[in-house]
Amino acid sequence: MSKKIIATTSLAGCFGCHMSILDIDERILDLIELVEFNKSPIDDIKKFTKQVDIGIIEGGCCNSENVEVLKYFRENCNILISLGECAIMGGLPALRNGIPIEECIHEAYIDGPTVKLNEEKILPNDVELPMLLDNVYPCHDIVKIDYFLPGCPPRADLIWDALVALITGNEMDLPYELIKFD
Amino acid sequence: MSEEIKFKIDGKEIIAKKGQTIVEAARENGVYIPTLCNFKGVKPKGSCRICSVKVNNRFMTSCTTPASPGMEVYSNTDEISDLRKSIVELLFVSGNHFCPACEKSGNCELQALAYKYRMMVPRFPYSFKKKGVIATGPKLLKEQDRCILCQRCIKTIKDEEGRRYYAFKNRGNKLEVVMDEVMSKTISDELAKQAMENCPVGSIIYKEIGFAEPIGTRKYDKKPIGSNIETN
Repeated sequence: MSKKIIATTSLAGCFGCHMSILDIDERILDLIELVEFNKSPIDDIKKFTKQVDIGIIEGGCCNSENVEVLKYFRENCNILISLGECAIMGGLPALRNGIPIEECIHEAYIDGPTVKLNEEKILPNDVELPMLLDNVYPCHDIVKIDYFLPGCPPRADLIWDALVALITGNEMDLPYELIKFD
Repeated sequence: MSEEIKFKIDGKEIIAKKGQTIVEAARENGVYIPTLCNFKGVKPKGSCRICSVKVNNRFMTSCTTPASPGMEVYSNTDEISDLRKSIVELLFVSGNHFCPACEKSGNCELQALAYKYRMMVPRFPYSFKKKGVIATGPKLLKEQDRCILCQRCIKTIKDEEGRRYYAFKNRGNKLEVVMDEVMSKTISDELAKQAMENCPVGSIIYKEIGFAEPIGTRKYDKKPIGSNIETN
């Protein structure tokens, strides 16, 4: 059996879900026998070099770059998985939904109690910076997502069981303790 | 005179007392039917629909339907489980139920029902409500985006003279449950904790203590909701 190819990315997330992938401990050695990584922060490959079997998305979409990367993943992955609460429902960044962006930016760079050094009151304005979206969106609002693994972060065993089931084609038998939203 | 009523839930024989509802009889006979708006000691009103069952091939709310002899009730079928799951999903998307940041997580009935019915993602779009938090009282705060308007707090949290601490405000999609500002200042510690306990979600929060129980030791971490009722 040829190795399955996996790609991962973190959009508007905290990398906690990636940490949870690493939390499978020594099973990562088994994983390397089963899969090969393509575009991912784990191996620092920036662009897809071939069609990928499984794409794992951490984080929701809060800016234009997130949307672009997510669409790039959809084009290049046969199966896409939303990993964690942020990818599934926007998560912590989505707490800004409903607050106007101007208010958020002013709070962060001018009015916030921890802002001390911005005397000229400069707001981030570099053309290279991606534009913020009006809301933080769950990934399945932007592209079709095939599977969802909840948790903050999803338990390492859940990620492991899901990946093994996908790779081997066997059905997943998920114990109650593994599906948690926190 | 207490008559015995015999009927069946999912083929299991249930013995009920006269006047009991299906939910009450089921619980006494070791069958769990989920409830959210229904609460012990409160007159049932069948508003959340989570306790829906099929009685003689019609959908009924089991908290308001009295048990009657010979009725055939179906509760744990694929069709009804999916119906209940969709109700849980609708409640999740209609508020802002971000579990990792909620003090009630792990002890929350809505979350526990989502676990029970294996909700991985709601099938409906999120609404991202922003009603805000009311934290004027000294002991309790009310997170309006988590409230599912079940009225449990309105009906169960009262002072010695029977006056209610909570009440409805506004109408339609602006409907909110709010706490009486004057009365909230004098609420006893015990009653404040009871209010948090009675809330099926994380809308009523006791101030200054949060995330006290570690993950793995909370009410619904290891065992699904209703497992204390169910017998085989």
